Amino acid sequence: MDNLLEIRDLYAGIEGKEILHGINLTIKPGEVHAVMGPNGAGKSTLSAVLAGRPDYTVTGGSITFAGQDLLAMSPEERSWAGIFLSFQYPIEIPGVSITNFMKAAVNARRKAKGELEMAPAQFLKLLKEKMAFVKMKGEFAKREVNVGFSGGEKKRNEIFQMAMLDPVFSILDETDSGLDVDALKIVADGVNALRSPEKSAIIITHYRHLLELVTPDVVHVLKDGRIIATGGMELADQIENQGFDSING
Amino acid sequence: MSEDKSILAAAVEKEYSEGFVTDIEQEFVPKGLNEDIIRLISAKKDEPEWMLAFRLDAFRKWKTMAPPKWGHLSRLPEIDFQDIIYYAAPKSDKDRPKEIDPALQETFDKLGIPVGEREVLAGVKPKDTVAVDAVFDSVSVSTTFRKTLAEKGIIFCSFSEAVKEHPDLVRKYLASVVPVGDNFYAALNSAVFSDGSFCYIPKGVHCPMDLSSYFRINASGTGQFERTLIIADEGASVSYMEGCTAPMRDENQLHAAVVEIIVEKDADVRYSTVQNWYPGDSQGRGGILNLVTKRGLCRGENSHLSWTQVETGSAITWKYPSTVLMGDNSTSEFYSVALTNNYQQADTGTKMIHIGRNTRSRIVSKGISAGHSENSYRGLVRMNPGAQNARNHSQCDSLLIGSTCGAHTFPVIRNSNPSAIVEHEATTSRISEDQLFYCNQRGISPEDAVGLIVGGYAREVLSRLPMEFAVEAQKLLSVNLEGSIG
Repeated sequence: MDNLLEIRDLYAGIEGKEILHGINLTIKPGEVHAVMGPNGAGKSTLSAVLAGRPDYTVTGGSITFAGQDLLAMSPEERSWAGIFLSFQYPIEIPGVSITNFMKAAVNARRKAKGELEMAPAQFLKLLKEKMAFVKMKGEFAKREVNVGFSGGEKKRNEIFQMAMLDPVFSILDETDSGLDVDALKIVADGVNALRSPEKSAIIITHYRHLLELVTPDVVHVLKDGRIIATGGMELADQIENQGFDSING
Repeated sequence: MSEDKSILAAAVEKEYSEGFVTDIEQEFVPKGLNEDIIRLISAKKDEPEWMLAFRLDAFRKWKTMAPPKWGHLSRLPEIDFQDIIYYAAPKSDKDRPKEIDPALQETFDKLGIPVGEREVLAGVKPKDTVAVDAVFDSVSVSTTFRKTLAEKGIIFCSFSEAVKEHPDLVRKYLASVVPVGDNFYAALNSAVFSDGSFCYIPKGVHCPMDLSSYFRINASGTGQFERTLIIADEGASVSYMEGCTAPMRDENQLHAAVVEIIVEKDADVRYSTVQNWYPGDSQGRGGILNLVTKRGLCRGENSHLSWTQVETGSAITWKYPSTVLMGDNSTSEFYSVALTNNYQQADTGTKMIHIGRNTRSRIVSKGISAGHSENSYRGLVRMNPGAQNARNHSQCDSLLIGSTCGAHTFPVIRNSNPSAIVEHEATTSRISEDQLFYCNQRGISPEDAVGLIVGGYAREVLSRLPMEFAVEAQKLLSVNLEGSIG
């Protein structure tokens, strides 16, 4: 089967400082990959480059997504192609309700595909269904995007948006950090619900806990801007028990 | 860079959809301003002697005055007042003097302004009915639903008709809130005003539909000087909306209006404006000079006046809708969104003058600047010695888009009563790269993202507008911001 994502020899950084020094990573449809690594390893840079954050610069290599040159696409084009990034630090948008934000996002994607806007009744049904999925109460839809949200609520909101937009490829950037057991379960359920033979994900994390709930197909260890080890859950176990320093590339 | 260009290209294409010119035969008075011109305007309108005397008095005062220079408006040009045509009107069809000219009908249809009553007669959405006074250059061409309103004793007509048919009311209230010599542009308006709307809601009557005036500048080389007078008698209430557009031209055109509102005991007036005069092109050529005096008097106890304005048009805006809170327990609010892009400059705000006891006022101003524009909030809150326990709260926010625009705040507070409380808060923010990227990642394009973020920022004000107006205003904010991000 063709690869969904193919990263070849990727060099990238921010403000003139190179952070990724030659990343190679291939993800097939249906696979969930975990990327673990210590602080400063380049995990967030990798997710930012995949989503097309404008302040990051790619200095070498290529990324192919579903046969397309991902680096030539704008952030919204990547979104339309089915890429979703769950932000490590979700952004506040004062005055914009969750409902309006999601309506704009859902319809932007439909417009890009040449489809009509979603009928209001259908949209509300979808909204309610996905809110129930992340266990958000009714008033959640009226709240301003991430304004006054607790850390856990922000992360649940990311998973809610992921469920709403039904991506082909999800990147979860430390979505599990700082979550209690219940919230972690919601995140795991969110990822598991999206699993299918066509859909893939990268889970960036420090901890094994989330991985136990979603069981990734592949685990990578990222250190100093390079992938130094690739294996299965045994790598996550080793990190949990002996630390990142025990893994040598 | 290529992305910048495509966004800019889109902005140019989608410039100003109301910028067309109506081809219609019009009559003009000669260019320039002197007593003969004023007599001619007055004669054309077949005015009584007292009206002419009022105009001439205003003209003599105006000649002794100088244009105010204190606005933060470096691009306001020296205006040659002798180079303006002060009266332009579509020629009326002598055979059918009561009917609206088809070309005018078409113009207002195109602008989405219902100048006919057909819809309602056909039984369509009677609840959303709005009575409209449509003003084209210097004259009112149509006022709808007058009969329906008259059944309740409400007078809604053009100013010219009010002068003839309700002279007692006009003489009682005209210039009672904005004196003839109040300021240079108000004096000019008092001398040459041509038409506008007149509205009187009698005691205890709640106006059954929203009233609105729509101002259209069409003729080249002219100025528009409208005059609006709204009176809500004891216990009356009305919601009034005002809209305006003009063709795209390289020249500047002057719009100097005066609006006066009188609110008697227990009466309630809600005045909303969506100002969309032609703003000039992306290089700052042309556009309307919008130099306007609007003031309301909360004369009676428990009276209430709210101003809601969305200012997106005009090359220059100089406008301070204000309230004099004279009656005890009277209240007033000023909600404003002012957006400037390209080379637009706006100096706008309000004055809240507290005279009565327990008076309350609230100011919410949201400035948005983009491009090379300058956007200033200028406000005065005055607590007179008798304003026992009066209160004001002001919130002035500025949002900057890009790094070549300016936002300024000039709040003045004069408190002469120790029991009065004045609170002022101000913030300045930018649309952050993080916010844009967050929206983009969800598939929302940069232009739509800016529209969404700005709409959120302005929500507190937009939510005060009547529903249809709010939708229109939200669209205008997005359209007028196109090309503002890079």
